[in-house]
Amino acid sequence: MTKKRIWVKVFLNIFAWFIGLIWILPVIGILMTAIRPFDEVINGWWHFKEFTPTFSNFINALNHPTAPLIVGMKNSLIIALPATILPLFIATLAGYGISRYHFPLRKGLIIAVVLTLALPQQMIAVPIFQMMSSLGLVDTYMGLILLHTAWGIPWITFFMRNYFKTMPISIEEAARIDGASDFQIFYRVVLPNIFPAIASASALQFTWVWSDFFLALILIYSPDKLLITQRVPLMRGVYHVDWGLLSAASIMVMIVPILIYLLLQRYYVKGMVGWTIK
Amino acid sequence: MVLRKARFKHLMMFILPAALLIAVFVLYPTIRTITLSFVGEDGKLTLSNYKEVLTSKDIVDLRGFERGFPFGALIHNLMWIAIHLPLTTFLGLFLAVILRNIKGGTIIKSIIFLGMVMPMIVGGIMVRFMFEENVGVVNMVLGVFGLTTQTWTAYPESALLALIFGSTWLWAGFSLILYSAGLETIPKSYYEAAQIDGASPVRMFFNITIPLLKPITVVVITMTLLWELKIFDIVYVATMGGPGGASNVLALQMYMYGFREWDFGKAAVVAVLITLSTLVAAVPMIKSAGDEAE
Repeated sequence: MTKKRIWVKVFLNIFAWFIGLIWILPVIGILMTAIRPFDEVINGWWHFKEFTPTFSNFINALNHPTAPLIVGMKNSLIIALPATILPLFIATLAGYGISRYHFPLRKGLIIAVVLTLALPQQMIAVPIFQMMSSLGLVDTYMGLILLHTAWGIPWITFFMRNYFKTMPISIEEAARIDGASDFQIFYRVVLPNIFPAIASASALQFTWVWSDFFLALILIYSPDKLLITQRVPLMRGVYHVDWGLLSAASIMVMIVPILIYLLLQRYYVKGMVGWTIK
Repeated sequence: MVLRKARFKHLMMFILPAALLIAVFVLYPTIRTITLSFVGEDGKLTLSNYKEVLTSKDIVDLRGFERGFPFGALIHNLMWIAIHLPLTTFLGLFLAVILRNIKGGTIIKSIIFLGMVMPMIVGGIMVRFMFEENVGVVNMVLGVFGLTTQTWTAYPESALLALIFGSTWLWAGFSLILYSAGLETIPKSYYEAAQIDGASPVRMFFNITIPLLKPITVVVITMTLLWELKIFDIVYVATMGGPGGASNVLALQMYMYGFREWDFGKAAVVAVLITLSTLVAAVPMIKSAGDEAE
């Protein structure tokens, strides 16, 4: 290596870490603000003359008088678990059906699925609200779970179909020759072999349902039923912003998706990339 | 692949549950929103909702060009695209290329990707926090250089720009991750061959990397456009479209019309506007899926 190339390399390394530093600075900021009393960080968390770590912001956020976060956490879990399992099950069946069977309107269904990927939630908001009202499902978890299930099905179907297309069909055919029925093939041969796809899709669907704000906003309004994402804006206050409280609340809302990302990193990124790039 | 002909029981089991839920909770409401947008207060078919919305200051405010913000939600979304799309796309590509040969590059990638993982509601809080007077990290940096420090999201002339730049911090991880995955698929031998022919790194970048990454660029641009057109949570938490509508966007305006003013007709028109623009943005995606379905 020439001298010039070494210098280029050193420069690039410093530059890249500098970029990384810029990117993590706001996260460090919110962390530092959350673990210290507010009067200590009122002129910026980067002053470390006094440093008294405390959990009080987290405790105050969890037991907030008007929007306790702990209840929101429980509520969000009650929504997110079924709203991940249900669409995953239904859409895996659909993805398999589309990739293995020929039926009338098959192409229409595929195009409907893809169009839905581009659809903004605003496009269904008003009729969904009216429909849920007439069914008595406004302000119920049942209504929101149903909606998240339906909203998740298109992308998971699309994702699963892309996965099934890459799977060799020969094993399934061998099982068929051995006399297995189509359903046996699906449950005994196909399902045990698609764990990576299921892991990717569940990680993303769970994260999205947990992070959803808009659908919850139009359907859930009782103070005790509000989800975790709905509670954070309520903590902001109109005239005075308690950044310690808000930071602690933000950390607790994002900790769940971040943990999922860290634990299932491989599947998470595959889900994101595999879904967008075939 | 040869597809098997589906019998009734197959359809019932594999297709029907999904098709039914999509039809009831996605397709029907979509069609209903379209019809709602054409129905007036008296219940008759009319174009008055469109007339009212399209001439409203909320959507396009031409006086903005003389006096500054607000320009109206539609223009704000377009400004978001004009700044955020090139910025995040190039930044992601640039970083993906650089981080390939850096020690600990994966750690830096994970840090940048963090913005994609956090809920957008938290993203909005973070953006607001960065630009806050006294406590915001942006003002810390500006203060070091002796520049003006203020709560940038609180002033009409800077609120939208603060949100746009803040959302660049959130979204850059998307193109970075996609481009990184794309770079892995380019065979090393292409670069080795080019090197033997005496090509410079810059030439290799423009003649090998860029053309081979084209399919990924299409995906990145499509998904980023969709994200920018649907933007809602960040604005809702950070500024609520304010001050005085200076950072308003279409999705938020739809919510305001529909669920604050309870004017479903006007809300439906805005929803149709957003959907038309997302469909235009998604044309490449729809086309490739349609071709494949043959």
